[in-house]
Amino acid sequence: MIRAVLWILAAILLGGIVHLSTVLAMPQAAKQDAYSRLVPLTPVNAMVQLAPPTSETAIMPFMDPAFATAVCRYDLTGGSIKLIAPVSQSYTSVTFYTRKSVAYYAINDRAAGRRTIELDLMTPEQHAQVPEEEDVTAADRLIIESPTAMGLIVLRALAAEPGLMPMARRALASATCDIQPVQ
Amino acid sequence: MRLLFGSCFTFLIAAAIGLGATWLTLTRGVAFGTLTIGAWTAWPKSGSVDIDPYARAIIARSGELPTGMGDGVAFYAHTDDAGDNFDGRCTFAISGLTPPARYWTLTLYDPEGRLVANTIDRHSFTSEEIVRDVDGRFVITVAALARPGNWLPTGGIEKFILVWRLYDTPIGVATKTTKEGPMPAIVRKGCS
Repeated sequence: MIRAVLWILAAILLGGIVHLSTVLAMPQAAKQDAYSRLVPLTPVNAMVQLAPPTSETAIMPFMDPAFATAVCRYDLTGGSIKLIAPVSQSYTSVTFYTRKSVAYYAINDRAAGRRTIELDLMTPEQHAQVPEEEDVTAADRLIIESPTAMGLIVLRALAAEPGLMPMARRALASATCDIQPVQ
Repeated sequence: MRLLFGSCFTFLIAAAIGLGATWLTLTRGVAFGTLTIGAWTAWPKSGSVDIDPYARAIIARSGELPTGMGDGVAFYAHTDDAGDNFDGRCTFAISGLTPPARYWTLTLYDPEGRLVANTIDRHSFTSEEIVRDVDGRFVITVAALARPGNWLPTGGIEKFILVWRLYDTPIGVATKTTKEGPMPAIVRKGCS
């Protein structure tokens, strides 16, 4: 009897371990995560507009249809990235995701406080190499550290009414994300 | 012999418990760090590096990109205020106060997060295009057949969900009470 109880206790304990390890392994094992879906549609280190979601097709689930979306799939191994995004009339935001879809930084047009959002994206190592005086003098230079070398920059511009969608898309069309070669 | 039988039994039960619990938590969602106001639930931490492992697994599996914390917050509703599931053949009225935000959008999805086909190609409303009365109040009618005013079509599907996204809002991780973030009420008005 005691032996059976011990076996069951061991089973529950082991079950807990199986549960936790499968949950933790899921982001590594997922084949259809947002980054994987965007690989065939987007080149590396270039800003590309995404097709708006419709009832037939959508690149990702739960996309907000009121927004025009552009994506820069980045790879920082060749140098840092300079992002320049003009803000649209109503609302523009930039969200940075890691390779595994963790949103590690987001900023909107009001927080950026200018007509264009300008950011430098780099790895912690590249940030450490930025000359210190340069960091100080350019007070309005915003530097974002990416925890991973690869990831996604997602630019979203709101079309407050469906008729404003062309304007939102036009605002995104002039956004750029260019690699800054290491000097 | 007994040891072999016992360990086989243990491994089987362990696999069943472990995988079953994983499947349950990933399909039903878990209640870590939730912000629930009325029928609406948000996971503000899912838009930051403090995202919990369960939310990470759910997002990796679905393939969505969560709304970033500096961008806004997304509230999900699967039922009305009385707890009845959203049925596309029923009519629901959404009205009341909205939390402070520069813009908001309300979107109707099927349970997998796809937009729903309908005759007028309307899937969402933004705070700017909604028709309001003289006091600034509004009612959004979610129904299968055309309604006057703000009609959000369900396409008659069996189950749908609503997502209320607030952009540039103080609502987030620090929000505790419904006083800070009043969310609109959802009331069922009958089924056809």
